[in-house]
Amino acid sequence: MAEKPELIINGKRNDGRSSGDLRPIKIESNVIKNASGSAYIEWGKNKIIAAVYGPREALPKHTADPEKAVIKCRYSMAPFSSLEEHGRSGPNRRAIEISKVTKEVFENVVMLQDFPGSEINIYIEVLQSDGGTRAAGITAAAVAMASSGIPMTDLPYAVSAGKVGTEVILDLDKLEDNYSDADMPMAIAPIQNKILLLQMDGTLSREEIKRAVSMILKAGEAISKLQIAALKKPYEEISERYAKE
Amino acid sequence: MQMGSILEEYILDTIRKGQRDDGRSFNAYRDISIKSSPLQNTEGSADVLIGNTRVLAGIKIALDEPMSDKPEDGNIITSAELLPIASEKFEPGPPTPEAIELARVIDRGIRAANMIDTKSLFIEKGKVWSVFIDIYVLNYDGNMFDAGTIAAASALFSTRLPKLEGEDVIREGNLERLKPSNLVTSCTFGKIADKILLDMTAPEEMFSKARLTIANDENVVRAMQKGLGGSFSTSELDQMIDLSFEKGKEVRNIIKKATGE
Repeated sequence: MAEKPELIINGKRNDGRSSGDLRPIKIESNVIKNASGSAYIEWGKNKIIAAVYGPREALPKHTADPEKAVIKCRYSMAPFSSLEEHGRSGPNRRAIEISKVTKEVFENVVMLQDFPGSEINIYIEVLQSDGGTRAAGITAAAVAMASSGIPMTDLPYAVSAGKVGTEVILDLDKLEDNYSDADMPMAIAPIQNKILLLQMDGTLSREEIKRAVSMILKAGEAISKLQIAALKKPYEEISERYAKE
Repeated sequence: MQMGSILEEYILDTIRKGQRDDGRSFNAYRDISIKSSPLQNTEGSADVLIGNTRVLAGIKIALDEPMSDKPEDGNIITSAELLPIASEKFEPGPPTPEAIELARVIDRGIRAANMIDTKSLFIEKGKVWSVFIDIYVLNYDGNMFDAGTIAAASALFSTRLPKLEGEDVIREGNLERLKPSNLVTSCTFGKIADKILLDMTAPEEMFSKARLTIANDENVVRAMQKGLGGSFSTSELDQMIDLSFEKGKEVRNIIKKATGE
């Protein structure tokens, strides 16, 4: 790997953000006509589509649970999603792990007992990646799930925090992720105030973890607002149309 | 009576009356819109809508070795993914025969029309550029063949060729355009209730007995592919070829407008 670049100069990061700033986020719901629910998210340079299908009969049959619905999740990066070489299509080992932890996020908030014997599929397709795709994917998948009308007890979001040198920073981009001293993605159920996903690698002290968590929770308020606005927008457009008639 | 057969009766009846469910004539495309270069990490990209069918093409170019039988030509590798987000009919997993056929038909049109001059991808002995064309079906409502060809062709027009500086592949900054020397499009027809229809929707494709894709440029047919179990007569073939030149021209004009050619 090339020599480590100076990532924070005079308190500003390479894209001009301060330590606790999110990248710009745009969320749009109902982008895939065929899906039960869907969302498109632009999170910095990340571009991701999430879609939910179901509830539908769980197939093959041995995967069904007679007590509740099962969630199946596929996170996948397009072979053209990164600036480097052409990737391989389909999920690799990293993607399979991300699919698993994403599924577990949604098992906490989707009211699975309402749909025994069925499956709910979450598909996350990363079209363009720039660090933090699992967090952006989960945030989009939550909007997709809610827009499908499948009942949930909370609307989760995810974002990561990490460390560069001695500085704890929020929402690492690809460059920061490559040279960071720690990365810690988290998914949160904001109403229930629960941690649904937590991963970490690198080195963080107890104090640094506390600072990272409080940065994540603060950023989460803004992310939740964007999610809710994206969910409301199609309905607001309909009501505006009716108001005119 | 099964749901499927109720839908089949409805579709067939409508077509027998000379109509289509969405009000189109048999020879009309749905609205086609093209968003050029939506992705910045690719060498070229395009997002194409034909009605509700949405197909994304992403182009990546990589340093590679030439094929042993063509030592002075670059490579073109086309793949297609029928993503599970696109339809409840598509499942995750390795490419299905349908996805492989789709990729190969799109590839054949682009290759046969010499859209990419593979000689221009030669760098030096043993080193060439490989052009990876990935077709991503995001929402399926029929006619992935034309949507895929339009997406691939549009993406190639926005494609920039990386530079080689020593051993490093430079993908950003001031780069040369790929400059395709030709523009190929395809027109896909189906046969339902003995009528020939252009640009089938998903329900129409469900009950279509035969399918024909014709890829052409201004002057000549470059590739064809018949699909499904049914058959066409030679006069039907003539009719479709004539129409493919007329309709292909319309589509090429839409591509030219969207890519600024």
